[in-house]
Amino acid sequence: MSSGTIAPRATTGLPRTRIETHSGRRRLLWRNVTAYGVLSLGSVLMIIPFLWMLSTSLKDDRQAYVFPPIWIPSPVAWNNYLDTWQALPFNLFFLNSAFVSLVLTVAQLATCSLGAFAFARLRFPGRERLFVLYLATLMIPFQVIMIPLFVLVKEFGWIDSYWGLTIPLIFSPYGTFLLRQFFKTIPLELEDAAKIDGCSWFRIYWNIMLPLSKPAMATLGIFVFMWSWNNFLWPLLIVSSLEMKTLPLGLAYFLGQYTIYWNLLMVGATIALVPVLVIFFFAQRYFIEGITLTGLKG
Amino acid sequence: MATSAPAWRSPANWLGPEYRNPARRREIRAAFLFLLPNVVGFLIFMVGPLLASLGFSLLDWNLLSAPDMVWLGNYLELFRDAEFWRSLRATFYYLVGSVPLGLVLSLALALALNQRIRGIRFFRTVYFIPVVSSMVAVALMWRWMYNPTSGILNYMLNETFAFLRLPLRAPDWLQSPVWAMPAIILMSVWKGMGYNMVLFLAGLQGIPRHLYEAAEIDGASNQRQFWTITLPLLTPTTFFVLIMSIIGSFQVFEQAYIMTQGGPVRSTVTTVYYIYENGFEWHKMGYASAVAWVLFALILGVTLIQWRTQERWVFYE
Repeated sequence: MSSGTIAPRATTGLPRTRIETHSGRRRLLWRNVTAYGVLSLGSVLMIIPFLWMLSTSLKDDRQAYVFPPIWIPSPVAWNNYLDTWQALPFNLFFLNSAFVSLVLTVAQLATCSLGAFAFARLRFPGRERLFVLYLATLMIPFQVIMIPLFVLVKEFGWIDSYWGLTIPLIFSPYGTFLLRQFFKTIPLELEDAAKIDGCSWFRIYWNIMLPLSKPAMATLGIFVFMWSWNNFLWPLLIVSSLEMKTLPLGLAYFLGQYTIYWNLLMVGATIALVPVLVIFFFAQRYFIEGITLTGLKG
Repeated sequence: MATSAPAWRSPANWLGPEYRNPARRREIRAAFLFLLPNVVGFLIFMVGPLLASLGFSLLDWNLLSAPDMVWLGNYLELFRDAEFWRSLRATFYYLVGSVPLGLVLSLALALALNQRIRGIRFFRTVYFIPVVSSMVAVALMWRWMYNPTSGILNYMLNETFAFLRLPLRAPDWLQSPVWAMPAIILMSVWKGMGYNMVLFLAGLQGIPRHLYEAAEIDGASNQRQFWTITLPLLTPTTFFVLIMSIIGSFQVFEQAYIMTQGGPVRSTVTTVYYIYENGFEWHKMGYASAVAWVLFALILGVTLIQWRTQERWVFYE
């Protein structure tokens, strides 16, 4: 009874006994140990690059290249952050990124929720056909439309401007689809009462649908913000001046200018990463829910 | 009545008799207004460029001088263009290297996380950090990690090799035509793993527990349970993850742009990188559009094949 290793063989064919549950618990323990081992090793591998970035960002020019590499900088070169901030107009990059991301988030939430409401709740001729068209465009990679989009923005005179950075990216079939799916899950009863009272459709959208859809709106909003904050390809095509660069562009430019100053480059990377990471830590739930929502219903 | 507007001017004629009902009329008008900003944007910035891009692909156009109609000339040129084939090979190399590896690793992590252990939220957060991070910042970070003389990666690898008394040296990664693509693959798998892990985890948690309890009573081993319950019931998630990963890897660009600029000796010029070069460095708008359409056709083709073959291996309850 005390020896767990021979217990399974001893009990084959017998009804369940205490010995068997004992071995089951052992098996469970073994499984948990393996799981913890795998997960912890993985976490270390996930975190090391970030720690290495932080560590390098606080080293002076000599320490950054010292061999063997050191993890704890001494002295700690806090002034790297100031130097980086002064080397390039990082405050402008930061403000550009924040402005573009906020505008895109608000505008996309507005247009997507309005459109999604029509698709989810209003009956109009051609609704299904239009919706299928929206779905079909979900498959189209951005690279296919980016060249005509660039030409169009050039025609509009929006090259190197906030207009060009925001307007072409506001309209999202994906966001419309996501919100439409969510609106569909909200029971009709509340609106029926409002309709009998003679509420306009806009009132129903604004006073009933939106307040009930806060989680879905939050999820979409966070995704749009994160995506715009990190977006690189489109700004790369249309921004030419230093003053209009967003953070990822500024970072790429910084790399070209300061290729050998890896301590300063790591400061730049840290600056670009921090805002989204902060948002992520506070709004994790929406990230995870958003991914499982789009993943399993998309 | 004789002086009324032409028949097509009145919505009642093309929207049918419904339109005579005031409530329905209000509803249709509301729908029109609700959709207006969305549809206008959709037509101008999505449908329009899509059609235009097909048109562009038939042109020889550098944006400055008048475009020349070359019909299928760009597509014919593609077939003879060694650089284009090289970019396709690089893209497929990336795909074959990153998709299976990413799939297996994220599934393994999800399985480990699904053991009803403590700290699930902590681990989920940690694995998700690279997912929300900017690709440019992360690529920059890894470029420094891969630095052959001062980077931490080669130091740790060489220390490990020495400790194990293995006669190996860590490669030069991004400076080597052989190792640059594997380096990009490794970084991308690292960045994307958390995303697929969350999807797999949701899939695993959707598998009814009573199936495992039944298997337990029948004395099925852990391994047996994995192969006969977990894996088959997870196939819808696996299918989705596979499709999304493949579509994503056809579009790989930023990693190569930041880490290698397509080098060394163009070993990491992916197809999207080649589109970028043609369109925005060499101003061959028509040719770039043609490459983009071939890429689109490839993505569509591969996705369609997966849809067609899903009934052979995807298990829907």
